[in-house]
Amino acid sequence: MMPTVIQIPSPVDPSAEGATPDRASEPAVSMAKAIQLRGFSAWYSAHQVLSAVDLDIAANRVCALIGPSGCGKSTLLRWMNRMNDTILGARASGSLHLHGLQVLSPDLDVVDLRRRVGMVFQKPNPFPKSIFDNVAFGPRLHRQYGRTDLEELVEQSLRSSALWTEVKDRLHRSALGLSGGQQQRLCIARAIAVDPEVLLMDEPCSALDPRSTASIEELIRELRETYTIVIVTHNMQQASRVSDTTAFFDEGRLIETGETDEVFTAPRERRTEDYVSGRFG
Amino acid sequence: MTAIAARAAAELAQRGRVRGVAFRRFYERLLHFGLLGLTLLSVLTTVAIIVVLVKESGGFFFMEGSEVTFVSFFTGTVWSPLLGAKPQYGVLPLVGGTVLVTSIAGLFALPIGLLTAVFLSEYASPRTRMLLKAILEVLAGIPTVVYGFFALTFITPYLLQPLSDRFGTYNAMGAGIAVGIMILPIVCSLSEDALRGVPQSLRDGAYALGSTKFDVTARVVVPAGLSGIVAAFLLALTRAIGETMIVALAAGGLAQLTANPAEQVQTMTAYMVQIFLGDAPANGIEYRSSYAVAMTLFAITFVMTWTGALVLKRYREEYE
Amino acid sequence: MSAGRAIPIARRLRHDRMLLIACLSATTLAVAVLSALLISVFIQGLSSLDWHFLSSYASRKAANAGILAPLMGTLWVCAICGLIAVPLGVATALYLEEYAPRTRLRSLVQLNIANLSGVPSIVYGILGLAAFARCFGAISTDDPWTLGSPDSLFFLQLPFGRGVLAGGLTLALVVLPIMIIAAQEALRTVPKSLRHAALALGSTRWQVVWKVTLPAALPTMMTGAILSMSRAIGEAAPLLVIGGVLLLFSVPENLMSDFTVLPLQIYNWAGRPQDDFHKIAAGAIIVQLVLLLLFNSVALFIRHKLQRPLQ
Ligand SMILES: Nc1ncnc2c1ncn2[C@@H]1O[C@H](COP(=O)(O)OP(=O)(O)OP(=O)(O)O)[C@@H](O)[C@H]1O
Ligand SMILES: [Mg+2]
Repeated sequence: MMPTVIQIPSPVDPSAEGATPDRASEPAVSMAKAIQLRGFSAWYSAHQVLSAVDLDIAANRVCALIGPSGCGKSTLLRWMNRMNDTILGARASGSLHLHGLQVLSPDLDVVDLRRRVGMVFQKPNPFPKSIFDNVAFGPRLHRQYGRTDLEELVEQSLRSSALWTEVKDRLHRSALGLSGGQQQRLCIARAIAVDPEVLLMDEPCSALDPRSTASIEELIRELRETYTIVIVTHNMQQASRVSDTTAFFDEGRLIETGETDEVFTAPRERRTEDYVSGRFG
Repeated sequence: MTAIAARAAAELAQRGRVRGVAFRRFYERLLHFGLLGLTLLSVLTTVAIIVVLVKESGGFFFMEGSEVTFVSFFTGTVWSPLLGAKPQYGVLPLVGGTVLVTSIAGLFALPIGLLTAVFLSEYASPRTRMLLKAILEVLAGIPTVVYGFFALTFITPYLLQPLSDRFGTYNAMGAGIAVGIMILPIVCSLSEDALRGVPQSLRDGAYALGSTKFDVTARVVVPAGLSGIVAAFLLALTRAIGETMIVALAAGGLAQLTANPAEQVQTMTAYMVQIFLGDAPANGIEYRSSYAVAMTLFAITFVMTWTGALVLKRYREEYE
Repeated sequence: MSAGRAIPIARRLRHDRMLLIACLSATTLAVAVLSALLISVFIQGLSSLDWHFLSSYASRKAANAGILAPLMGTLWVCAICGLIAVPLGVATALYLEEYAPRTRLRSLVQLNIANLSGVPSIVYGILGLAAFARCFGAISTDDPWTLGSPDSLFFLQLPFGRGVLAGGLTLALVVLPIMIIAAQEALRTVPKSLRHAALALGSTRWQVVWKVTLPAALPTMMTGAILSMSRAIGEAAPLLVIGGVLLLFSVPENLMSDFTVLPLQIYNWAGRPQDDFHKIAAGAIIVQLVLLLLFNSVALFIRHKLQRPLQ
């Protein structure tokens, strides 16, 4: 079941080694490298999807991954929390360090990795449980909480995804009764509740209306103070609005990466320029 | 605002008592192998069936004083284990009885089941469909012994005997029809699944070319669902071959090679019932003969289910 | 210019109507058959239904006979069967759907289960007789290992002999493949996205199964359980091999007690030539059908409750 994970020991000693796990006391903005990829390649069976990607993503910043459909953005994201383990024939090589963890290592405790790296999916996928139980799901997996602690945790998580005021009177009703935008914010709250270090978002707004999108974008900008966020988006304006850095991929290669302003206003590469200005293809 | 909440959440999240990782890993392993072990029980069942049947029917063929050989068993046309001084063990009359009853059941249930399935999937309104499916579910839940009773007390005396006085109390026809009624729900619901699996776009395409409903159904939908229908037929016939209580009650107890549905016949299963009900001394050759019959039955149904699975796998149309 | 000769539209419409008529008659026939069956059973059997019938033992005289022993036998055997087959079926389905790597070996196991579901139930009787009643001959049935006194509720012996436990285990073998297949189908209806959501929060595989997949699949699984247990209630052939057709004057007291079940009692009475016995057979059939209906509605009720756990 487990795909073969080829681990090529990285010559680069990741500066993120020993990044303190106790982030609550860390300064809000740190330029420490949260995620570092060197020579990262990925395959589905024999089909190579990413080749030799070198990318650094700084802690407490928002990094947008952009690029045409099929260029491997989701694949990269799904390797960061090893969700690709669920896909038969998925392989990767190179190195992927995340807060000092060697993500591709076969000995890695993926369960712990996924606790530290939250993920928000393209389509909202709340459990068919109550709103409260959705948010409490993750915390209950990893720790034993007192009742009041758990209630407070759920409240703060819902507040941090700006959903609290809308749902505080119906915490014990089914999450499936929420609107799409609310469901997506619930999924964000659910991811936040396990105290992750990194949040991965794969086109989190693509199934939502503009107003819900706006509220989630605002959320992302606020959450970056606490989390490192990697977001995949097809919406160039969204990328420029929410992200600090942008990485542009095409045909499985990283074409360009840098501060978002630069990538959008003064791209170094012709292909990037074509893509961000909509002249692509 | 949300940033403060997020910070608070992070702090709160640290408060709980961490669950042990070592225990978690051990627990996962344990469950994994536990489930694997339970799964292997089903494999073990098959192995055990084969071992028991081979061992016991080995006793039948190679028993001290047994004159039965494989050839005489599989090609003999006389089955008279309990009669006369010199019992004869040729399995063909029993196989013939099973084939006759199963054919009658198939002739009854396959066309009716398929047509009902077509009605359900192509014609019926959702409400009618629900109602009919419920009726089929009731039919599927009725114990088979009840169909045997029905054959004995209704089909034969009220339907068959008025037609011709050659039908005795026990006859292949009554049992066959009852078995047919028993497999009807299987044929019907599985064929219906196959028909409903044919995507609407195919039907729309055919209608757009000016087809009538008959054209669409007979030329597009049924051919497209054919593998599922064939598998349904095979499954239903397998059930018919293995059916025991109906034939034990209604088909009679005389093993004879005949194609006349008004006569009584003994099927393989009915013979086994006769033996296990204690007509024969345990461990005698008659008793062991039931294992050889069981082995034959098992082999036949095994081949049929295997074929059904192959048909489904080989010819399944994947839409999407 | 079209070259072919046109098929007259009238003929095509005639085909169309013929198909509809054929379908309608087939459906009507199916419904008629069911009605005829139920009506004929009820006409024959209603007169024999009374409290005496439910509360007395078998008798040589049809008028005095009752179904207490087979009724209790059915309840015992089916309870054992359900307790074994449902968890075992769910566990196997979980392994195959959630754990097993998608290898050749898995498809073989899967094919094996499909094959088991096609094995005639009387063959399971033979297996049950050899395995449970006789322990494959490893321990002599004349000199069994015993635990407790034969009068107590907790009396056990090895081999089990031809008692309730052997019967229930044999039935469990019969319905296990049905249960496995139904549970697998139920698991497949749970969307992948839910599993992924749970995984991404750091669930272990078992946590995903226990907290997300199983609860979501439970209502559908109930249907499968109903289906398999309905089958078990009506099975006679394998139990006939295990226990024979007995006229019992006692109800089971422990797992080793002799037993008979309703379908076997029906078989016994229906097979006799006298009309009186056909009447009480029909009475027993009505009880059996009511039992089935009762069971189905309880299960449907539970399923209904499960489906809307919230609000
Ligand atoms: N499970 C899979 N099995 C095999 N190939 C896959 C699988 N998932 C994705 N691929 C292939 O990998 C390539 C990259 O897919 P990926 O989903 O990462 O693209 P993406 O950049 O996220 O595209 P999009 O913007 O459309 O979401 C594609 O060519 C796709 O066909
Ligand atoms: Mg994608």
